[in-house]
Amino acid sequence: MSATTLVHEQNPAPVTGSLAADGPAMVGRHLQKIKAAPGVLVLTQTMPITMLLFFGYVFGSALAVPGQEYRSFLVPGLLAATAANGLMTGMFQAAQDCDRGVMDRFRTLPMSRAAVPLGSTVAEVLTTAVGMIPLMLVGLAAGWRIEGGPGAALGAYGLLLLFRFATSWAGYWLGLLIRNEEAAGQLGSATFILPLLSSAYIPTDNMPGWLRTVAEWNPISALASATRDLFGNAAPAAGAAWPVAHPVAGTLAWSAVLLAVFVPLTVRRYARGTD
Amino acid sequence: MTTTYAVLSEGLEKHYGDVHALRGLDLAVAEGAVCGVLGPNGAGKSTAVRLLTTLTSPDAGSARVAGHDVVREAAAVRAAIGVTGQSTSIDGELSGRQNLRLFARLLRFRGPAGRTRADELLERFGLTEAADRPARTYSGGMRRRLDLAAGLLTRPQVLFLDEPTTGLDPHSRNQIWEAVRELAGRGTTVLLTTQYLEEADQLADDIVLIDRGRAAHRGTPAELKSLIGGYAEVVVAHESALRAAAAVLDRLTGAEPTLDHEHRTIGVVASDPTLTLPRIVRELDAAGVPVIDASLRPPTLDEAFLRLTGRGDVRAPKEPAA
Repeated sequence: MSATTLVHEQNPAPVTGSLAADGPAMVGRHLQKIKAAPGVLVLTQTMPITMLLFFGYVFGSALAVPGQEYRSFLVPGLLAATAANGLMTGMFQAAQDCDRGVMDRFRTLPMSRAAVPLGSTVAEVLTTAVGMIPLMLVGLAAGWRIEGGPGAALGAYGLLLLFRFATSWAGYWLGLLIRNEEAAGQLGSATFILPLLSSAYIPTDNMPGWLRTVAEWNPISALASATRDLFGNAAPAAGAAWPVAHPVAGTLAWSAVLLAVFVPLTVRRYARGTD
Repeated sequence: MTTTYAVLSEGLEKHYGDVHALRGLDLAVAEGAVCGVLGPNGAGKSTAVRLLTTLTSPDAGSARVAGHDVVREAAAVRAAIGVTGQSTSIDGELSGRQNLRLFARLLRFRGPAGRTRADELLERFGLTEAADRPARTYSGGMRRRLDLAAGLLTRPQVLFLDEPTTGLDPHSRNQIWEAVRELAGRGTTVLLTTQYLEEADQLADDIVLIDRGRAAHRGTPAELKSLIGGYAEVVVAHESALRAAAAVLDRLTGAEPTLDHEHRTIGVVASDPTLTLPRIVRELDAAGVPVIDASLRPPTLDEAFLRLTGRGDVRAPKEPAA
């Protein structure tokens, strides 16, 4: 009996990789990981909520704008920053899988060469779709409101997820370059600076000229402005750089650029191997 | 009748910066054979496996696995191989069962077939009880067995085992050896790398000894052993008996014994595989040598290397500082 167990008798037809079959399997892998350790997901949501309370009530009380108004400004910004976190998590996922050798196991299988990164980035979108809900609930309790129509609100949600998808690909590519879990973790924690250099937490209007330019060309600013616009919290700032002045088109353009650059880079890097 | 080779490489070269991991490796493994690639740390064993399993591409040379070129027909190679070992791993965050089901799904098992197959292998490798725990909680031996199971979901034409038992306890090692023997008995071609002479001897039909990225020697385990032989060591009761013992050992082995007066010990290379320990002891006894301890042991890998490469230092050359 043991001999028949060890050797698989039905020798199947040679497997050819297919994204349609391998992609969902890889998404399933990530969802199983989250199910096994849901604490990680809760932990990642704790940060933006803490920031909402800290910025919204502690810093907000010292800002010129009334607290209530600032919190309405802040919640869409925090959602945008959360979406941009795909950069960090994508990088960490890829580096961890390289470091632990499981990436090489996938690479010896007759799989589609895009399935592993796609599985990770799609799982990112799915977990973010759920993960943003607690932040929005706390935001609602703090006085933030969806002031636009339901269609526009759904549009904002869609844009946030699209941006998460795009930044996850960029992060994944970086993770394939770094290949070391610890290094990726450290670099990842440095990405918190990116939303600080955008309009996510603070309006760009009063920044010094050069900083304002940098901040407004930061893709996170376009997303934050688009989210505020679609949720009806604030209109795009007048006289801002193009991606912020036209934030929905700007976010779509930024996401398209990120995907057009990093999807091929990532797939090529994955296929070529990591040494 | 011509031999069909499941693995055939010519002049494989691979370097990482200034470090030449492989310097023209030729390998030929006949279909259905078990080939043991033996060598110390840093000899190039794992690099060879990485090249043959499409994980990296060679800087020069070529290789075919199951009839397919590892660079140009990498997808066909991947469909024909199973890989287990140092460079590949299972997902520690998933349970053993989830790992095998995931790999089964990727290998296109349909419906419940993947679940059944995963359960069969868990059972076969004694992992049923731990099947639903995250694999990161497994012991080294359990992980290695799960890793081997992952390579055996389908029936690979060629199975690569990269140091499958390094650092394992004897029980896990025996389980893996047993599995390899069973697979080989049923016609699977196996390429196995190891640092252990004993492991290659136990499992392989052919052994390739690699040293500094090249094949230094190849042959059957018996040929290798007759080349290397063993090492006989005798302890006598008084120092004055050393001379008589040396004469006997010299006559039996044809090699010059080494005397250690302080420990009243005498050692000699015994390259004749038919020479047994009882015969050594009988002959010494007949010559009136008061033997108090005697041993005839297989050579260590270091001794084998020393004899086959004429070089004592088997460690890889130090990597130049980056």
